[in-house]
Order: sequence, then C-alpha cells, then structure tokens
Amino acid sequence: MNATSSTVQIKGLRDSLLVALTGETWDENQSALLTQIDGRASFFQGARLVLDIGTQALGVDEMVQLRDLLSERGISLWAVLSESPKTEKTAQLLGLATRLSNKSRVEEKRPAAAPVGEDAALFLSKTLRSGTRIEYPGHVVIFGDVNPGAEVVAEGNVIVWGRVRGVIHAGAKGNRQAVICALDLSATQLRIADEVSATLKPQKNPRPEVASINKDGRLQAELWQPG
Amino acid sequence: MTAKVVTITSGKGGVGKTTAVANLATALAADGQKVVCIDGDIGLRNLDIVLGLENRIVYDVVDVIEGRCRLRQAMIRDKHFENLFLIPAAQTRDKNAVSPSDMVRVCDELRPDHDFILIDSPAGIERGFRNSIAAADKVLVVTNPEVSAVRDADRVVGILEAEEKYAPALILNRLNPAMVKSHDMLSAADVLDLLAIQLIGVVPEDESVIVGSNRGAPVALEPKSRAGQAFRNIAKRLQGQEVPFLDLDKQDGLWGRLQRLTGGRK
Ligand SMILES: Nc1ncnc2c1ncn2[C@@H]1O[C@H](COP(=O)(O)OP(=O)(O)OP(=O)(O)O)[C@@H](O)[C@H]1O
Ligand SMILES: [Mg+2]
Repeated sequence: MNATSSTVQIKGLRDSLLVALTGETWDENQSALLTQIDGRASFFQGARLVLDIGTQALGVDEMVQLRDLLSERGISLWAVLSESPKTEKTAQLLGLATRLSNKSRVEEKRPAAAPVGEDAALFLSKTLRSGTRIEYPGHVVIFGDVNPGAEVVAEGNVIVWGRVRGVIHAGAKGNRQAVICALDLSATQLRIADEVSATLKPQKNPRPEVASINKDGRLQAELWQPG
Repeated sequence: MTAKVVTITSGKGGVGKTTAVANLATALAADGQKVVCIDGDIGLRNLDIVLGLENRIVYDVVDVIEGRCRLRQAMIRDKHFENLFLIPAAQTRDKNAVSPSDMVRVCDELRPDHDFILIDSPAGIERGFRNSIAAADKVLVVTNPEVSAVRDADRVVGILEAEEKYAPALILNRLNPAMVKSHDMLSAADVLDLLAIQLIGVVPEDESVIVGSNRGAPVALEPKSRAGQAFRNIAKRLQGQEVPFLDLDKQDGLWGRLQRLTGGRK
C-alpha cells in the first residue's frame, strides 16, 4: 500500500492521521487529497485528520468547504498546521487546533507508515463504536469495548481489556499462532488467519477468555486460567 | 438571552426525532421558554405537520439562506404558544441547498432573542446530519429499544465523540415495559450498557403519540399522557432541573438498575 503521492504525504500519529499537502495551489492540494481518500475509503473512514498545509493562506470559505467535503466522507478535520498567519487565524475561527501536543506528535505506525516490526502494537484507549474499523500490521491492544458493528483487523494478536461484541480478525495475513484475548468474548464473529468462529453467546457472568486455533485446526475460545 | 442550540438526531430513521422535537419544543414553551425549532430534514419536511402548522408555511429555511426573505418572515408562530416558532424545511429542494456554515449563521442570528433552538435532524450520517449538528451546543440521540436502532445510535455517538465538541445524551423512545419483561425487547439497561452515554429520558410506547401527531397537537399538551409526561420531564432536564425518571415498571427493579447506571438520580 503506497501511502504517498507527490503532493499528499500521510503519517499515522497517536490518535490521528497527519497529512502534509505540498502542492503548488490549493485546488491542486484539495483534489489530490480527495483522490487519495476516495481511493482508500476504509483506511480513512472515521479518522481524525491533522492537515499540514505549509505556507498556503486559506480563508474561512475554503477551509469550511474542505471540512464539509471531509465530513461527508466520515473524516473529521481536527487540526490545521500552517506557517501562514491567515490560515492559523481561520483555523482558530473554526475551532480547529493549530498546534499538536508533543503527546500526539508521537508517531504511531499505522498501515500508512513504513512496515512495522513483529513486536509493534497499536494501543487504543477507547471504546470502538459501530462503524469503526481498525486495521494494523502488528498487534492491537484495546482498553475499552469493541461494540457490535465495529471491526478490528490485526496481523498479530488482539487483546481487549473490555467486552468484545463486534468482529475481530487476528493473524489477518495468515498467522495461525495469533490469539484473541478479552475480558468478555461475546463477539459477533472471531477470525484467526482463515478460521472463522460462529457467534459466541453472551455469557451471564463473563470471564476472561483466550481464543486460538487448537491442534485440530479449529478456532476455539477457552476460559483464561491464571498461572 | 442567548439560546442553547439542541439538535435531535438518531442515525436510523423513524425512531421519533420529529416527535421528540415537537414535544420538547411544546413542553419548553409551556414552561415559558422562548423556543424556535428548525426542520433540518430538507426535502422530507414534516415537523410542520406534527405541530399542525403546515398550512401556514410561506417561506422556508432555504429561502432564508438564499436571501429570498428575512429570517422573521420564515418563522411561523405556533397555534398554542406565542413564544414558540417553527422555521420549516424546504420541501422541493435537496439537502445540498444548505451547508453547515449556513446553519451556524442562522442559529447565530436567532440566539440573542431565544432560550432554545431545537433542530430536527434527518436520519443518516450524511450532509443533512452534518448541517443539523453544525451549530449544536447539545445533541440528543434518539433510539428505540431495538438492536438495529441502537447500533445506528452507537455509530452516531462515535462520530459525535470524534468531533469532541458535542456532548451527546440519550432519549430512549417507545419502550414497552411488558415486552421487556417477556424478553421480547431490549431493556433500558441493555441499551445504556452498550451506548454508555448520559440518559436524558425514557419515553414509553404510547398510542396517543400517533393520535397527537396526526392532529397536529403534540402529546406534551396532554396532562394525562405518560409519553407527554416523559417529554415534559426531558424539557425540565434541558432547563437544568433534576427530575426523577418515570417509574414505568415498578415490579422488576429495572428502574433501580437504570438509576445506578445513570449516576443514581433519585
Ligand atoms: N413513544 C411513541 N409511542 C408511539 N408511537 C411513537 C412514539 N414515538 C414516535 N412514534 C411514532 O413513530 C413514527 C415515527 O416517528 P417520527 O416521525 O417522529 O420519527 P423520525 O425519527 O422523525 O423519522 P424520520 O427519520 O423519517 O424523520 C410516527 O408515526 C410517530 O407517531
Ligand atoms: Mg423526522
């Protein structure tokens, strides 16, 4: 997956995507960005966008138009970084951030970024609501619930400190050793590599479970045994 | 005076947004608040019908935005309360006739002279929804105790949370305690458990709602209606008052659980 075109560069941050636009004119930048987005809708869906537009000076009309175009695509424009005082003022008027805290500066390797090592993990501290899809080329750790209608697709393991009621796919590139752990696994569907489990019934008194592919080659969930 | 803009939305269609707007507007007006409601469902307007004002429409919100009339001219005074107004949607235009910044501008013009601006959002999460939430200070998400409606509500809550500037609260509409008891319907606790947002009201299933809508007289006007009482209570909560939740089902302790989940309002 190539994340960059000559005018649009994308980087995954802690909790958002940083997009740098380096085209000559604003029209060129905007249409290049929209082309990227429309070509990879599922990647951008639900994302929080930080735009770095260099020295370009944008007025309220242009920025509002872009914000609306993005929001129609399920993307929220969160911050605009710029060296132009006019652009900064416009962003402030619209209630957008114009600086990034050092915390969110930390780069999180999202699929757009360079390939990640085997041990890389994406940590998300929030409940994934319906319509959210997280794809990551490493492990995924979620401190929150995965609600019905949300999906997590990881090349490594998936650990959920919360309830799983959506769809989880671990070992998505074929790793049959991958596991899925959760405090309550009443998922709509679990997948590891290409094995699929049927719906797991909600439990009365949920206990932590670990799902893996057993020696018969079937996906099964077992109660977690400490020690 | 500076009005609070409250948008009523849902994701799924037909769950009771328009009903909620008409009833909350009526109940707020009955409490003496100066209220204007805006029908944000461009092309499918029906708030005017539920309020019984259909035959008084001359101008609509698109006329205001496109400068064919002044804001005052598009404000229709309610039949029951002189401090309640409706700005109708355009029936013959589509949602692209309005942009989020248009809505912000219209609301800013209304704010100084009103206490509440209620916006009826269309179903879905597209342009019309975006327009409707653009100016919101508070968003009320309406759902029914039904799996698909709750899932759409969850989606909307996720979008609102991502924007970080709207605090969504939940109206659970059409709850039927008898069906919950026979396990044929999600309970209020089930719904809250999943959505995990503030609950601002539970409205029972009530035939008089439909009768009222057809007559153009919202049930909030009916002193004896259970649904009307529920809407009146929500209106009080919007005004910052603490009102206990209706005890729709005393027997099975559901409401005790509910109160614990919502932070123990008594
Ligand atoms: N508490 C209730 N009890 C009984 N009927 C109700 C209740 N609330 C709403 N209804 C009925 O449900 C139907 C749909 O309600 P309404 O038009 O308010 O939904 P909506 O969310 O605005 O729909 P749309 O998405 O099409 O705009 C109407 O016929 C209304 O009278
Ligand atoms: Mg409606």
